[in-house]
Amino acid sequence: MSLHSSSLHHPAPVRATSYIPAPDPFADNPVAVHLAGVRRVFNGRAVLDGIDLDVRRGEFISLLGPSGTGKTTLLRILAGLDGADGGRVQVAAARSVVFQEPRLVPAKRVWQNVLLGAPQTAATRTAAARALEEVGLGRHTDAWPRTLSGGEAQRVALARALAREPHLLLLDEPFAALDALTRIRMHDLVAQLWRRHLPAVVLVTHDVDEAILLSDRVIVLAGGKVRFDARLDLARPRQRGDDAFVALRARLLAELGVAPSIPHHA
Amino acid sequence: MPLHPSQLASAAAAVSPSTAPPLVLVDLSRPARPNRARSGLTKTLRLLLRALVPAVLLVVWQGVCALHLVSPETLPSPADIIAAFAELIRTGELQSAIPASLGRALVGLALGATTGLILGLCAGLWRLGEELSDAALQMLRTIPFIAMIPLFIIWFGIGEQAKIALIFGATIFPVYLNTYAGVRGVDAKLVEAAQVFGLSPRLIAQRVIIPTALPSILVGLRYAAGVALLALVAAEQINARSGIGFILINANQNQRTDIIIAGIIVYALLGILIDLAMRVVERLALPWRPSLVPA
Repeated sequence: MSLHSSSLHHPAPVRATSYIPAPDPFADNPVAVHLAGVRRVFNGRAVLDGIDLDVRRGEFISLLGPSGTGKTTLLRILAGLDGADGGRVQVAAARSVVFQEPRLVPAKRVWQNVLLGAPQTAATRTAAARALEEVGLGRHTDAWPRTLSGGEAQRVALARALAREPHLLLLDEPFAALDALTRIRMHDLVAQLWRRHLPAVVLVTHDVDEAILLSDRVIVLAGGKVRFDARLDLARPRQRGDDAFVALRARLLAELGVAPSIPHHA
Repeated sequence: MPLHPSQLASAAAAVSPSTAPPLVLVDLSRPARPNRARSGLTKTLRLLLRALVPAVLLVVWQGVCALHLVSPETLPSPADIIAAFAELIRTGELQSAIPASLGRALVGLALGATTGLILGLCAGLWRLGEELSDAALQMLRTIPFIAMIPLFIIWFGIGEQAKIALIFGATIFPVYLNTYAGVRGVDAKLVEAAQVFGLSPRLIAQRVIIPTALPSILVGLRYAAGVALLALVAAEQINARSGIGFILINANQNQRTDIIIAGIIVYALLGILIDLAMRVVERLALPWRPSLVPA
């Protein structure tokens, strides 16, 4: 494994003593996110203070950072739910979001929730059923959201997001409220769906392991800035026990200012 | 978090046998009971027990009348009241009174509920609607509708108009208040999700807000139906020429206590009927409610 870290001030990736240019496998893909000097100020405090970020189609990036560092604010700006106070924000028009909660309309059946933003006709209904099939909920097309488990509801939210064929998929801690076993299954599912549809993905998470498992690139925010920006070239599927994985986790935890006293199983 | 062995040792030392209260076990296991406790047998028994008190009251009532402890002019016996019902049906009075009364209640309710619904949606969905209608309606709401009867008689006379206007005025508010609260109570996160998926404001109202607020709207409608009956009774005291109120006024003039009580029972039955109808409407309109969806 090689880890190329770069920041705003050091655009050229540097690794220890040797100079290795970052291989960017997405360089030829169209840009799905372009941020330049984005600022967001709450009550005089700059939560985001000059964020530059480009994400290309097919690229899976994770945003890590301690609570209150503006990860979610950044995601809301990308979603168009919040406006930047300064800087340039350009995002793909076809984008969708999966939130921490499923946010399904309880009064609508599952397939109608999948088609929330689309015309609801017989033809689109078939498309919704197909999207539900992809997340393993083909049998629940006609169910009411209330009858679903937390994991199932979140899969419906994922189907709803993918049914729009987004060029940019924004994930705001979508697995945080799920139990550990369901979370592992969701990781697999998201990786699978991403490979099949290849949108640009921006995942906001607290979970360092999750970020390493899923992303091509991990960004750590701190003090309103990009503190750490590294491309991961670990082979997929990734194993938590791999040396490279463990080393990267230690590095990211250090960047996040966490020094674990209980060593993780290696 | 696992404790270090030295921490465990010190924790154990802290609980010294001399000072700490002794550990006492509490038995929380359920005593073995036959399954019969929740079976159909006790269900029937419970039903019988529920019927017992009304049945005893009826028997006492009939007994008191049979022993001439009260005069039949004050309190006729249950048997007399059944006879009064038979008389009302034989003369055809009841058959013509019920549609007349129910018609008034339903026309007034339909007008009032529609108005309340429109105002509630306007106030809930648009800031401008809220500013325009909410303060005025909250003020009007404090007026007891029965106090309006004399004014309505001057405005609308003593015909059907005054009666329907009274029911209309009384039923606006329950529907308005519950619609407004229901729309405002819709989770902002749902609306936000709908925005992300590109829904227009009209579609957000149509696909997210109104369906989610529907339970609250129907609670308002059900409450309004009850109020409509109350207003009907009050309205029919104004020189009714048809309906149950007409039967009551006639019976009052002829000192027919049995028919008065029969009329009151008809009002009660209408109340039950309207409530049952509203429950059916709720069941049909809200198939996703937790009580109806086997989770």
